[in-house]
Amino acid sequence: MNPFAEAWHLLMDGDPYVLAVVLRSLTISGSALVVATLVGLPIGAMIGLSNFRMRVPAIAIVNTGLALPPVVAGLAVYLLLSRTGPLGHLELLFTPWAMGIAQVALAGPYIAAVTLAALESLPPDIGLQARGLGATRLQAALLQLREVKTSLVAAVAAGFGAIISEVGAAMLVGGNILGETRVMTTTIVLETRRGHFGIAIALGAVLLAVALFVNVVLAGLGTRTRRPVLS
Amino acid sequence: MNGASDDAPVLRVSALRHEAGGRTILNVDDFEVPVNAMLAVLGPNGAGKSTLMRILAGLQKPTAGEIEFAGKTGETAVAALRLRSAFVFQSPYLWTGTVRRNLELGLRFRNIEDAERDRRVATIATQLGLESLLDRNGAELSGGEAQRVALARALVLDPDVLFLDEPSSNLDAEAHAALREDLDRVARARAGSIVLATHERPDAFYLADSIAVLRAGRLVQTGTPSELFENPADSFIAGITGAELAMRGVVTSVDGELLTVRVDEHELQAVGESAAGRTIKLAYRPEDLFLSRTAPEGGSARNRFRVQVTEVRSLGALVRVRMSGPAELVAIVTRAAADELELAEDAEIWVQIKATALHGFAM
Repeated sequence: MNPFAEAWHLLMDGDPYVLAVVLRSLTISGSALVVATLVGLPIGAMIGLSNFRMRVPAIAIVNTGLALPPVVAGLAVYLLLSRTGPLGHLELLFTPWAMGIAQVALAGPYIAAVTLAALESLPPDIGLQARGLGATRLQAALLQLREVKTSLVAAVAAGFGAIISEVGAAMLVGGNILGETRVMTTTIVLETRRGHFGIAIALGAVLLAVALFVNVVLAGLGTRTRRPVLS
Repeated sequence: MNGASDDAPVLRVSALRHEAGGRTILNVDDFEVPVNAMLAVLGPNGAGKSTLMRILAGLQKPTAGEIEFAGKTGETAVAALRLRSAFVFQSPYLWTGTVRRNLELGLRFRNIEDAERDRRVATIATQLGLESLLDRNGAELSGGEAQRVALARALVLDPDVLFLDEPSSNLDAEAHAALREDLDRVARARAGSIVLATHERPDAFYLADSIAVLRAGRLVQTGTPSELFENPADSFIAGITGAELAMRGVVTSVDGELLTVRVDEHELQAVGESAAGRTIKLAYRPEDLFLSRTAPEGGSARNRFRVQVTEVRSLGALVRVRMSGPAELVAIVTRAAADELELAEDAEIWVQIKATALHGFAM
């Protein structure tokens, strides 16, 4: 059968193997995204809104996280969770937990860096302006985050797109075990090597649909404009 | 409401010192904001006005100093200031959303209930002519409208102390004039005390009940506008109040505050504090020079000399005349007077100035 026709049937018929892989991918990456947001956003906000002694090195570290190659993140998590690693006793290597940890390591710095950059783009005295109207420090911080909410949503959406389409770390720490850690990207690699192009194309189409969805969200956010500064 | 109040100050900082980057930004022994009056902090750019304002408002911690507000000191005073003062910045940031949302913001911080919030927003919008802008997005406003919204969102809080940090510096002439009227009419009515930081001398003299002159982080003189105008403490304040600093001379005799000063071959009489033999600067205001075609006779002006006109320039209804005499002199006269005197380059005329209008300052 033509591999494209096979892919079409796999998707339309709701093939259990394909569906399970897609659901596992969404579950692992979705969970990792929630944790990465809960960690990355406050870190980015804290660095962006505070003035402390180690701020410049902290910014450099967060921005370095933006350029972290997925396979390097995977290697670090592998070494951490391997039998001889500091967290080897938890026996998490080659489980969805290990994949989630690697994805948090990838998306967390990304979300933190975008949050930081968005807050840095605001006028420097904007926090003081809020406090000049009676805001507490917390109210001023929340008000500033609200001003950059478009960038924050975009960061989370882009972070999701990055981790769900990542293959290096997923393969390294997940092991691509059937029914356990086999996700869309690792399945595409495996099935292509096996010559099962229909499955690879079907999963590729789902990944493309996810990427399209993320870009539609980003484009929608990009159409909103904002110019609140008097100059 | 001219004439500073005799009541105790509403806000006071003492032994204030602030340093940044190894440099002393502010060094002020004592600074008081009078109750129910407008105080202008006047000084050139870089004098430390904005830093002083932020420290006064409790938005910035000084390196050293004690703040006292409404009988409270330290952190208690700062906490009280947060809810009983409002600050308008030089470049106000209008938060994303409508003008109404911007006006409500400070009221929400103070947990004012909905009905009262609506009432106060409606009132300030009427007072400042913002009714038609309430549902517009802040991003769509002109600079003048945005500054008016910034003023409104501070005044809607009915603050005990309103801080205005160079509110007119980004505005064109028309918006500037409108803002000045708003400050005089609405801000005085809705705020208790007002502290206006500005480098615009006309704003300070037009609006304020008292003026504190700041130079290089130090308070050099505080007084009513007329006190500063008539008795400037030094040549810097004379300059900031609009005086021309043209001449240098040597004091030849002193009679109380009356100085006789030799400037080249001229003997001039001036007021000031100095001693015989000292070299001083002489300052005058261009509008205090009296010009005539013929040698003046009689009158009370002690200083008279013949000068040559070097430039005549129209300022609209007024004319600025430059002359070479004991030094280069500048006079401001009406257009009618300039026409009557037939002022033109190279014309030779007489200049008179009273001793009391010529101020001597130490170099």
